[in-house]
Formats: sequence, C-alpha cells, structure tokens
Amino acid sequence: MKSFHRFLAIFSLFAAFAGSAFADYPRPWQVGFQEAATPVMEKITEFHDILLVVIYSIGIFVFLLLVYTCIRYSAKNNPVPSKTSHNTLIEIIWTAVPVIILVLLCIPSMRTLYFAQKADDADMTIKVIGNQWYWSYQYPDQGNIAFDSYIIKDADLKPGQMRLLEVDNHLVVPVDTKIRVQLTAVDVIHSWAVPSFGVKTDSVPGRLNETWFKATKIGTYYGQCSELCGVGHGFMPIAVDVVSKEDFDKWVVEAKKKFGG
Amino acid sequence: MANHDHHNPTGINRWLFSTNHKDIGTLYLILAVVGGLVGGLFSVMMRAELAHPGMQFFGTNYQFYNVVLTAHALVMVFFMIMPALMGGFGNWMVPLMIGAPDMAFPRMNNVSFWLLFVALVMLVASAFVDGGAGTGWTVYPPLSTSTYQPGMAVDMAIFSLHLAGASSILGGINMIVTIFNMRAPGMTMHKMPLFVWSILLTAFLVVLAMPVLAGAITMLLTDRNFGTSFFNPAGGGDPVFYQHLFWFFGHPEVYIIILPGFGAISHVVSTFSKKPIFGYLGMVYAMTSIGVVGFVVWAHHMFTTGFSVNTLAYFTLATMVIAVPTGIKIFSWIATMWGGSIEFKTPMLFAIGLIFLFTVGGVTGVVLANAGVDRVFQDTYYVVAHFHYTMSLGALFAAFSAFYFWFGKMSGKQYNETFGKIHFWATFIGVNITFFPQHFLGLAGMPRRIPDYPDAFEGWNEISSFGSYIGFGSALFFVFVIFHTLKYGKKCPNDPWHDINNGLEWTLTSPPPFHSYEEIPVVK
Repeated sequence: MKSFHRFLAIFSLFAAFAGSAFADYPRPWQVGFQEAATPVMEKITEFHDILLVVIYSIGIFVFLLLVYTCIRYSAKNNPVPSKTSHNTLIEIIWTAVPVIILVLLCIPSMRTLYFAQKADDADMTIKVIGNQWYWSYQYPDQGNIAFDSYIIKDADLKPGQMRLLEVDNHLVVPVDTKIRVQLTAVDVIHSWAVPSFGVKTDSVPGRLNETWFKATKIGTYYGQCSELCGVGHGFMPIAVDVVSKEDFDKWVVEAKKKFGG
Repeated sequence: MANHDHHNPTGINRWLFSTNHKDIGTLYLILAVVGGLVGGLFSVMMRAELAHPGMQFFGTNYQFYNVVLTAHALVMVFFMIMPALMGGFGNWMVPLMIGAPDMAFPRMNNVSFWLLFVALVMLVASAFVDGGAGTGWTVYPPLSTSTYQPGMAVDMAIFSLHLAGASSILGGINMIVTIFNMRAPGMTMHKMPLFVWSILLTAFLVVLAMPVLAGAITMLLTDRNFGTSFFNPAGGGDPVFYQHLFWFFGHPEVYIIILPGFGAISHVVSTFSKKPIFGYLGMVYAMTSIGVVGFVVWAHHMFTTGFSVNTLAYFTLATMVIAVPTGIKIFSWIATMWGGSIEFKTPMLFAIGLIFLFTVGGVTGVVLANAGVDRVFQDTYYVVAHFHYTMSLGALFAAFSAFYFWFGKMSGKQYNETFGKIHFWATFIGVNITFFPQHFLGLAGMPRRIPDYPDAFEGWNEISSFGSYIGFGSALFFVFVIFHTLKYGKKCPNDPWHDINNGLEWTLTSPPPFHSYEEIPVVK
C-alpha cells in the first residue's frame, strides 16, 4: 500500500508539475496531505488515495468522451444527426455502474470513519479551549497543568521559525499514547485542527466535544484555527510537540513549576 | 381579435410599475450583471490580498477583510446567480416556452424584483455601518451575536436576507402557479421543456427551504436585539442549532442555484447537436431526485461540529447518493451530443465547458461527502475549490450559455460570435487558473477565511490570484459584449438556432411582442 501511495503522490506531482508532498507542516508547492503522524491520518490518506484514483478516472473518462464526441460528431464530420433519444440498456448501465462504484467506496469510507470515532480506552485526556484569539490547554491527568498558547508575532520570530504557525507554549504530548481531547470554547466557535494527525473538531461554547489521536512519530506538528472566529481567526495557530514518554514525564515536572497545577 | 385601445406602458409605468414578465426579466438580468461586477470586485480584492504572504492592502483591518468575504458570497449567491437564472431567464423564458401571455401573478412578479433591489441596497449599506458584518455568509452565532458583532451591520444584513428571501418565495409561488395552470392546451407535464421543469423544481425548493433560513435569521435577530437565547448556551440555547437550520436551507440552496442552469444546458446541448435531448424522462427524474435528496443531506456541512458516528455515517451515505442522478445528467448530455451534428457556437462552448468542469466539481464533492476524510478538508481551500468549480464553473457557465443562447430572442440583436468565443476562452482559462490550485492549498492544509497565510502557501496562491485577474477581466469584457451587441448586433430572426424541438419560444419574433402571445397556441 505504501508504494501505491508513493505512486499516487508522484502521479499528482506529475499532474501538477510541483515539488514535495510529504510534510508535517505545509511545504511550498505542496500538492498532497501533510505526512501522517497518527494511524487515523494514515487510514485517511490511504482512503483518499483510493478516492483520487476513482475521481481522476472519472474526470479523464468524461474528458476523453467529450473530446471524442466533439471531434467525431462535429457538424463537419457528421452532417446528418441521428434521432436517437433513448437506449434503455445504456441508461441502466450508467445508473448501475455509479451505484456500484459508490457502494464499493462506502466500505473503506465507513471503515475509516468508524475507526476514527472510537475514543474509549484512552491513556490520557487533554482539554482544549478556544478563545479569541488563542488556545488554552489543560492536563487534568497531570495535576491540572494549564496554560495559554498564543501566536508568536512576526516581529518576535526567531530565525528558522515559521510565520503564522509558531506559538509561545506548545502542546506537549507523549508518543504512542492514545489521547482523548475534549474541546470547548469560551466565546465563539473555533476549530482545533492538526492536519498531520487527521484531527479537526469544532470547539463550541456550551458544548463539550471529544476526539482522540495517537501520535506515532516524534516531532512537532502544526495546525491552524479552522472556524471563522473574528478578526484574529488567521492568527491562532496550534503547535503540538510529540515527545518520548520519558521526555514527557520530564516536561510535566517542569510545566507544573512553570504554569502551576 | 385583440383590442388595443390602450398604449403599452412607457417610462416609470413600464419600468417601475411593470407587470410584464419580459421587462421584469430584463430588470433581473441588469441587477445580476451589476451584482456580478460588485461580487467580482470583492473577490479580486481578496485575491490581490492573498497573492503574497503578509498583508498587501488590508493592513490590520481584518474586520474589513471578513466583511468583504461575507459580502462576496452574499452578493454572488443572492444578487448575481439567482437573479440571473431564476429571475432573469426564468421570468423571460418560462411563459414563452409554455405559451402563456405572462406569469400568473404579474404584479407580484414586480414586487419580487423590487424587494431584491432594496435587499441589495440594504446589504451594501450594512458594510458602511458599525464596521460591517464580518461573519461569513453563513452568519454563525455566537460570532454573529451582538456581543461579537455589535452595532447594526449584522441586523441590516439579516434584514437584507429577509427581503431577498421574500422576493424568492414570492417568485417561487409565481412560477409554480404559472407552470401548473397556464400551459398551452396540449402541453402536458411530460411535454414541458426541460428548462421549465428545472424552474418548477427549483421553485419548490425555494418555497420549502427559504422559510427555514428566515426562521434561523429571525431567531438570530431576536437573540441580538430582544434578549432571546436560541443560540446562546448561557440561556439554554445551542449554537449548533443555528447551523442545522441554516444548512437545512443552505444545501437545497445550492441546488436552487444549479438546477435552472441544468435546464438551460439541456436546451443548448440539444439545439447545437441538432438532436433531441437524450432520455427526457430520465432528466426529469434526475432533477427531481437531486431536489428531493438535497433536503436530507444538510449536515455534511457540519461534519466537525461533534456529531455521533452514526449520524456522520448516515449523512455520508445520503450525500453520496446525489452523485447518481447527477451522473445520469452528465451522461445524458454527452449521449445527446453523440450521433449529433455539433456546431461549436458560444452557447455550446459554455455548455461543453460546464459538462466537464461540473464533473470536476462534482467528484471533489464525492470526496468531501465522506465524513472520515472531510475532517481534514473541512474549512480548507479544498472546499472553496469544490464549490467554486460547481458554482463559478458550473452555474456561471450555464448563465453565460443561456445568455448567448437567448439574448438574440430577448433583445432582437444577435451577439458577435468572435467576441463570444473570446469571452468563453478568457473565462475558461481565468477561472481554471484561479480555482484548480486551491485544491492543492486545501490538501496542504490552508484554512479558509484568513487574510494572511503561512509562507509555504505562497506559490499556489500567487497563481490563483493571477487567474482571478484574468477572470475579472473577462467579466468586464462580457459587459462590453452586451453593449456592443445592443449597439451593433445583427437583427435576430425568430429562430436563429433552427430549433429542432418545436419550442414555442422560437415561433415569436425577436424580441417578442409586448404581450408575447395574442392568441394561446395549441400544442400537438
């Protein structure tokens, strides 16, 4: 499946004359998803690869059909039009074949969906709270560490940091740990998204939403608020550090000192 | 014998107090062109800002950026595409096609138009009051409540939508009653032209869906001004409740936008292939099922709000279903061309463009329909690309196709074919360069509705913006084509396209007499 995925990425690249498609933050001229860091995102990427094959096939098929029809049946090449306006067999075929394609797509679709939804047996819980215009994170299982996460403005960026993606306090989580994320907001609707994780859930005032992820690769992953929330909507990004379990335990000790519990 | 002891109205009586479906159709088309230029200007403003990272023109006035993105959508939907297809071509062509002298309620028809005019004024005015409405066209609370958008702007925008909604509902009633009751003798429902069918179905969608929007925005209005808490959790309300109401309207709305376009395309494809439309009944059933199923899929706009997995599964499956009747239409149009004798005049170029490009938009819709995958695409530019392919490259192409097809009949002057082709190619190239790269931006994770973006997104954004300048330029060229046709267009005969479908509209002069039919025709 991995090599197929690679073929598709290359096909897309060829189709778009562009560069890299693997990332955990956006890369210039990117044409595909950011690199998956969770099993959910891996499954989403695989299913999307199948969808890409199907939709490119349909698009190319319709295109070729149109090109052929326009040439073969132009007034010049076919001066006398036929009068055919019915053909029961073809009408059945072009109803049944799309139905079959859709039914076949439903199988991986439902599998991807139901896999992503199970949130029982989580190892730890994190609370994410949307504010205008920053995120608040809480660790109820680690003595209620709580802190805010603000964007680092352009003027304060250090060399090598990415504009509009960096924050002062990253969310830190241990690798290979199933993490339940509970979300809400204090003012308007926001949406917490980390593309590499395949996570996006709205944070709605007066509502407790829940999602989960299990990051399997150590690294830093970025996302941005994904629901229009006012003038600062483009300026409240998300940065998640996935660290080893030992490093996470060390971080917890320091975080308690820094942020209080 | 007709008895004309009165003169046809002129001046204010003709244009302010009209009861003539053709004149009202013309007023709608003029409003649509103005709306298109205004909405297009807003889009160019945004694309100019997004051409490079950092802020180019908007400075730190992000509220203004949000106002522009809100206004762009509201103007294009309510003041460009709907007035063009339903108000403009619907009013002009439906009575002509069914052999009726006018609509069932000619004076209410006029009310519909002027309500829309006032609605446009109200919306534009809202931008100049209290910072404008910076909520997105979806106007979600709590952002759209008085706490977060204080002042009168959102209230004025709500009032504008009320007026536009009333305009559409009255228009829908008019269409339904006209089509059911005023068809010429011999024209059974199954002999009705497909454009008439598309307008009839659209009218039903309008009458069923618009009131729900009215309910939602009225509740928002009372939350903003009269202390109710429909959408305020502190008072026992729920912001997601608004989204359900809005999208229960919002999804049928997109079919309201495209169905008349589908109807017009059927006429164009048939005429320029010199073949009857393939599978007439299948086309009727397809449009009907698109309309009906379109009412039970609304929550695919809400996949990330926190539904249960079974709810997500249902809405995924139901949404996928719509691909089937839509595919039937695409294949039927191609089957109409197959075996035909195709002339590639401007209306046909736009129709062929729509067939391919709506397919592209449609398949990205199939991708988005899957809730499992949508969570990565929701609120990214992938969604923006999808709906612009179906609307800007679907519905808009249908509107242009209909224009070039019917303008000779309407004005008596035929457009210049070379200019028409230039307009087609400039538009085709412009909108594709604008919107195809946006798929990549969405895949890479660029969110919607942001005035500035991380540097990595620059490349595709620059290309997209370049395309938008070409697209807007081609819109300006279109305005030139209209004026050029009116001034220099060759006289248009009754039946310029040699209709093969015995359409009643082609038996009349171009333009038709003031009352169209002095005697009701009989259809065999």
